[in-house]
Amino acid sequence: MEKRVTFKGWLLPLLLIAPQVAISAVFFFYPAGQAIWQSLFIPDPFGLSMQFVGLGNFEYLLTDPYYRESFVTTAVFSTLVTLVSMIPALFLAVLADRLIKGAGVYRTLLIWPYAVAPAVAGVLWLFMFNTRVGVIAWYLGLLGYDWNHVLNGGEAMGLVVVASAWGRISYNFLFFFAALQAVPKSLIEAAAIDGARFWRRFFTIVLPLLSPTTFFLLVVNIVYAFFETFGVIHTITAGGPQQATTILVYKVFKDGFVGQDLGSSAAQSVILLFVVGLLTVIQFKFVEKRVHY
Amino acid sequence: MARSDDTRKDPPPGMVEKRGTGLWLTHLLMILGVLVVFFPIWLAFVASTVTQPEIARPPMPLLPGGHFLENYGKALFSGVNVPVATMLVNSMIMAVGIAVGKIIISLLSAFAIVYFRFPFRTTFFWLIFLTLMLPVEVRIVPTYEVVAGFGMLNSYSGLILPLIASATATFLFRQFFLTVPDELAEAARVDGARPMRFFWDILLPMSRTNIAALFVILFIYGWNQYLWPLLITTDPDMNTIVMGIKQMFPSGDDIADWPVIMATSILAMIPPVIVVVSMQKLFIRGLVDSEK
Repeated sequence: MEKRVTFKGWLLPLLLIAPQVAISAVFFFYPAGQAIWQSLFIPDPFGLSMQFVGLGNFEYLLTDPYYRESFVTTAVFSTLVTLVSMIPALFLAVLADRLIKGAGVYRTLLIWPYAVAPAVAGVLWLFMFNTRVGVIAWYLGLLGYDWNHVLNGGEAMGLVVVASAWGRISYNFLFFFAALQAVPKSLIEAAAIDGARFWRRFFTIVLPLLSPTTFFLLVVNIVYAFFETFGVIHTITAGGPQQATTILVYKVFKDGFVGQDLGSSAAQSVILLFVVGLLTVIQFKFVEKRVHY
Repeated sequence: MARSDDTRKDPPPGMVEKRGTGLWLTHLLMILGVLVVFFPIWLAFVASTVTQPEIARPPMPLLPGGHFLENYGKALFSGVNVPVATMLVNSMIMAVGIAVGKIIISLLSAFAIVYFRFPFRTTFFWLIFLTLMLPVEVRIVPTYEVVAGFGMLNSYSGLILPLIASATATFLFRQFFLTVPDELAEAARVDGARPMRFFWDILLPMSRTNIAALFVILFIYGWNQYLWPLLITTDPDMNTIVMGIKQMFPSGDDIADWPVIMATSILAMIPPVIVVVSMQKLFIRGLVDSEK
């Protein structure tokens, strides 16, 4: 799409676009180029020189059991976060949609967690499940369940999943609620008159009409789980116990800043770059489709 | 005839609209959902109003205690490493800086792309488009090196600049400018108005709602940043509140000062919650628009 009417001149537009291009060049393209470049080298232990290894870093990573494990961890983590944040959100949105009065109040209350930073959400959930003072951990103990996410990898994963999904429930709720409100009431009424009960109407009419929103949210939530949950992991488990909650983004940080393994960290960045690219392409393909929907 | 009228006025119970027990059940489930979602915030608030021994001997109380002022005062004015008031100021500068910075550079570049034909226009457009794909988490090490090279560690510009270049806002304004009727620019041109005059007098006032909606989204984005401030602020005086909470936990086996940490957590969520709740309509609009 293009404008028919434009202004003349070329110096002014170049000046107007310059700030964004300059910042993108300095803080996006140069670092991304650096990441690609560094991924081809191994620095010596003193950081004095670099040895060219070609695709060696990538070869090493793809055969490294820790890295493969981190891939699996990320896949499990993002699938769980997506499910745990979308299913309750859809449920709440369906409930809110059935209310004529009061839906606005519930919506206002449900928006709150969206505003809470992932890192702060991490602290809140850590507090509830803290092995020493956590209220929920304590009540679980009363029931005979010995909660210890510091030692138990499965419990650690469960905790970071719930803490990450919590704020996203608000986000998904808003989108589902808006989509539900847009479903033509005449369709629902027609089905009701034909004798279709609530669940029947939900699965045969409402859910198919929600599919564009659902697919969009799937992609967005996966992106979120991949890249924006660093704060949750860092505050609750720091990737542990052992590697149980070390997702890919956390590993880039750990190997790059804590382990100072720059070549490997850069190679991991490049792999993640491809992942983001892929997800963005999927998202855009879908957005185009939705226009014709 | 009478039959169909009846159906319209009074559909069979449990079908289109819930009433009676069904309605109450819906409300009940909804309230239950809200309570579950709210519980972590409630518990944090309770913890911020009681004393350390009350928390250290579980189970902690589930209703607020009487130490609100004491805990918040301690957090705000002495904190653990640095007064939380300082961190709040840093967060505010960072969040507003990112939101305003992004909006300004995006407005300008979207104006250039939509209203001018100039050399390399398409190239620039795609360059900006590509930045959509590069979250800061993915390129942390090299970006850190760039910022360190500029001597911007522990500075506001180091906190803000790397995060203000993002294509989302540019695309949003581009979409909006494309919907502005051509006649307006035509009229401005016929009247001999210079482009910047058109931008300032016509385009900017028309974009007000979009700017406000975007501000809400970007403010929260900036306020909630964690990894970036964690990397580049080694000086506690430059910590932002969201990353500073984690620094308040003792490194060894000592027990954390939970009341103060929880007071800080509550303080960290108040500004974004106020922004979201008070500007709810704008926020939802901004959210839906920026994700489209």
